[in-house]
Amino acid sequence: MGSSIMDSLFQRSLEDLIKGIRLNLLTEPTFISKSTDDIRREIKSTDLHTKSVALQKLTYLSALYGLDMSWAAFHVVELMSSSAFAHKKIAYLAAAHSFHAATDVSLLTTHQFRKDLNSANPFEVSLALHCFSIIATPHLARELTPEIFTLLSSSKPSIGKKAVAVILRVFSQYPDAARVCFKRLVENLESSDPHTLSAAMGVFCELAVKDPKSYLPLAPEFYRILVDSRNNWVLIKAVKIFGKLAPLEPRLAMRVVEPICEYMRKTGAKSLMFECVRTVVTSLAEYESAVKLAVVKIRELLVDDDSNLKYLGLQALTVVAPKHLWAVLENKEVVIKSLSDADPNIKLESLRILMVMVSERNVAEISRVLVNYAIKSDPEFCNEILGSILSACSRNVYEIIEDFDWYVSLLGEMSRIPHCQKGEEIEHQLIDIGMRVKDARLQLVRVGRDLLIDPALLGNPFLHRILSAAAWVSGEYVEFSKNPFELMEALLQPRISLLPPSIRAVYVQSAFKVLIFCLHSYLFYRETIACSPSSPDNFVSESKCPGSDSAIVAADCQQDEVFNPRASNQSFEDASTEDVEDITVTHAQIPNSASLGKDGFTHESIGNLLNLIEVALGPLSGSREVEIQERARNVLGLIELIKQELPGLVKKEGNFEREGLKFPKIIELMHDAFSKELGPVAANAQERVPIPDGLILRENLGDLEMICGNDQLPTSSSFSFGIPHSKEKVGLPQSKGESSEASTESTSLLAEHRKLHGLYYLPSEKNDVSNDYPPANDPKLQDNLNDDAKDLVKLTEQSLLQKKKPNHAKPRPVVVKLDEGDEAPIAAKKLELKEDLLSGAVRDVLLGNEAVSTSQSNLTDKSSSKRRGKEKLNTDHPSGPKEVLGDVGNPNMGNPSSRRSKHHGHGKERRHRSPRKKEKEREENGQKDKQKSSHRHNRHKSRQRAEGPNNVVTQTPLIPDFLL
Amino acid sequence: MGIRFILMVNKQGQTRLAQYYEYLNLEERRALEGEIVRKCLARNEQQCSFVEHRTYKIVYRRYASLFFLVGVDNGENELAILEFIHLLVETMDRHFGNVCELDIMFHLEKAHFMLEEMVMNGCIVETSKANILAPIQLMDKAS
Repeated sequence: MGSSIMDSLFQRSLEDLIKGIRLNLLTEPTFISKSTDDIRREIKSTDLHTKSVALQKLTYLSALYGLDMSWAAFHVVELMSSSAFAHKKIAYLAAAHSFHAATDVSLLTTHQFRKDLNSANPFEVSLALHCFSIIATPHLARELTPEIFTLLSSSKPSIGKKAVAVILRVFSQYPDAARVCFKRLVENLESSDPHTLSAAMGVFCELAVKDPKSYLPLAPEFYRILVDSRNNWVLIKAVKIFGKLAPLEPRLAMRVVEPICEYMRKTGAKSLMFECVRTVVTSLAEYESAVKLAVVKIRELLVDDDSNLKYLGLQALTVVAPKHLWAVLENKEVVIKSLSDADPNIKLESLRILMVMVSERNVAEISRVLVNYAIKSDPEFCNEILGSILSACSRNVYEIIEDFDWYVSLLGEMSRIPHCQKGEEIEHQLIDIGMRVKDARLQLVRVGRDLLIDPALLGNPFLHRILSAAAWVSGEYVEFSKNPFELMEALLQPRISLLPPSIRAVYVQSAFKVLIFCLHSYLFYRETIACSPSSPDNFVSESKCPGSDSAIVAADCQQDEVFNPRASNQSFEDASTEDVEDITVTHAQIPNSASLGKDGFTHESIGNLLNLIEVALGPLSGSREVEIQERARNVLGLIELIKQELPGLVKKEGNFEREGLKFPKIIELMHDAFSKELGPVAANAQERVPIPDGLILRENLGDLEMICGNDQLPTSSSFSFGIPHSKEKVGLPQSKGESSEASTESTSLLAEHRKLHGLYYLPSEKNDVSNDYPPANDPKLQDNLNDDAKDLVKLTEQSLLQKKKPNHAKPRPVVVKLDEGDEAPIAAKKLELKEDLLSGAVRDVLLGNEAVSTSQSNLTDKSSSKRRGKEKLNTDHPSGPKEVLGDVGNPNMGNPSSRRSKHHGHGKERRHRSPRKKEKEREENGQKDKQKSSHRHNRHKSRQRAEGPNNVVTQTPLIPDFLL
Repeated sequence: MGIRFILMVNKQGQTRLAQYYEYLNLEERRALEGEIVRKCLARNEQQCSFVEHRTYKIVYRRYASLFFLVGVDNGENELAILEFIHLLVETMDRHFGNVCELDIMFHLEKAHFMLEEMVMNGCIVETSKANILAPIQLMDKAS
């Protein structure tokens, strides 16, 4: 007791604390932690005043300095129950600031809330309402619904309007509250107090945004407010609500368009005017005259000096643009001028408008303008522009691109913009177009070449990804290259040492492809010419190529033929694309012996090529990056083999005598492998790869784990991983006994490995599962995985080839699309249960309303007496109200005749809720049953009425006659 | 819910008042405030008062050394929120007489109380300065 007196005497007030913080600016953290220690002591005091000051300080520190105060939750609850208003105020503020759904002591506040909500002191009620609106949990909302219900029709407007605003929170936490409160909420729309009305409109606006359909029956009320109200806040909300309702009901739109236009014309408040504009362009876009007026208003905003209005004008224009392009065209200069506005937000908006306008016809023009702007802009906006061009053009698999040659050139041009940071996206598109659009490959290779031969680009790290794509494209589609030698030089230039290893690996691989292509052309070109006109069969038997059937060889011949004229055309570099293509076509059909003489591949040039590669890749064979090292060694190994045999290659009558030589066969095999086309891969492709019969992942990986576990292996051993892995791929059946033994042993080894190399593992709680996979990110396995990926690509490509039937649209090159969509599968949207429940409850109530209001004139007694029988049935049922829940969850079961199926739905519903909660609810319901049987009765009535038309209503909402 | 949060931040980027109408934990609040302050304080007077951030739209206005920032849903009427900010400042002005940063620092609870009168659960419920200030004046008299 003594200490608490001392505390209260010497306690620092909040003001002292604030002053202290200001004085101790430099040692702020120490000061705050010292104060926190004081607070921790003081808050335990039995003296409520001391406690309240401590809590006040704590709340202050928590709100402004981010101090944790969850530990004080119980003290907050304690202080809430103080009878002194000053204490209560502090406690409620603290609770509103720090309580949340997981604060367990909030359960203890139920009683206090009830007491304060029922208090005669309006300030206490107000405090409680405010706090409740922020921290209400489903439990609190359910418990306190009756109190809120009472407050909704409070005689004091200052309380009533707050209760109205709180109802939104109650509904979101406890949708069933709508059955009790909704009618009264609707009554508030007729309130004479402007602020209550304003609050009610705010609530309905929020509700209508989430589920407009349910509130259609209230349209007459809203319409009355729209026409009668003189309060701009209320009118804005009303206009907003009709913006949501109008698209659902054309007759309603017809009705409201005139008043809304009237406001647009006459009002002096820019906020209301803008709301009308926005509503017209979003929801009433079919009304030509309204849109015209709106566009006039938008123009006023656009030319205003106030940047706020300009921004909003641009935003509205973005909304109009898709349906009324003329609106943008009329304001074209303003929009383009805004691209160089001082305000980045305004620039961004005008960019958005331009992107909305993009179509097949103007994409080239707009992109040109934008790229010019991008060159002049600051880095951030430049990338913003490039990003939006890239995404607009690639939308729906390059839907708006007709001329891919142009687009590919544009990509090349964009890469060269100094600020360009979109490397990743450009990389992706270059490769994607290569795989999808055959006709674009020639241009791709040209653009790729231009990028590759420019040594300056290698210095810009943002371009590395693009260069990677250029290298890949050049290697993959090398047959389109005008000059493979030049390409090879570009791929092997010394400055590639500036690239990151993964991209250098791509370069090496591409160089490999180019080499194979050159050798293949050199070796087989002449003989193709010699054979193919006479008898292809001869050729096939001659080549004796195991594994490659005649079809592939024939295809190869054709490709060679395609290539040759191109190679021969080196001198005509100026020749236009069409010309080259024309020549290609003719040559493909009738092999022209004239091109023979101009063939670029001679014995000497091949020798030079081999030397060049050897010199460039030699140092890389010692690279520390396995990926580069391995690929370089592959190439060098091949070259070594060729060099041994090359002198043995003699010409005989225009053909090579290749008896006894190994390498031509190898070259041919490689060439076949590389000339296989790669296709785009669907995002869900992996799922569709069937697991081969013989493949049992666990067993095989048991072996792998053993090797992994043995992690003292030298780095070079990484190559040995190919063996068990390839076994697995082929799916060789393994002896079961051996492998199961291995897998048990390996589990512990794997665990050990995991411990040592934790960072390479994906974090996972499921240890047992992780046993089944190789460590995903183990760099040692990278190349195997890469091969895997390639296999996968091929595999899926094959499966896709069977399915797809490319349609040959004449003007536009064929773009390969995947049947099942290229995007990752989007998980089906889960209906938000609570939303659903709420709209169901609201609909029930509203339709009940409807029935009442129409029956007011006649029939009231009759209909209700008719229903009375049924009603009894329901009230007798122990879980009556919950059945309603079930109803709402399954809107299709609104049929009163299917009682049994309703129970079914009820059962389903239960699964969503925790059993504990359900028990409680049942008790609760039982209690309330007696307390408020009158409400109940009401509710049942409305539900009964709702049941019948429930389904009908969702399609044809009842709009009262006056709207027609 | 129209308004999601209201912040008052000084020129140095220190938060002077923070009122959230949806629960965010302390780290999330700090992060959000930091991001918003960085975005908004860098802008100059001639630039527009609207900034898109995450799923919010921030409507802000600067009065002397204090920034008033209001986070709203995307569909909310920006101009109305600007008017609301102005109303808030006028109300504080009337109560404190030429309101400044220190007033809000030392009377944080009063500032909160005014906000509570004006905004409930993200809805604007009161726009009359006299009505907003009446309870505070009563309380001042009582104490």
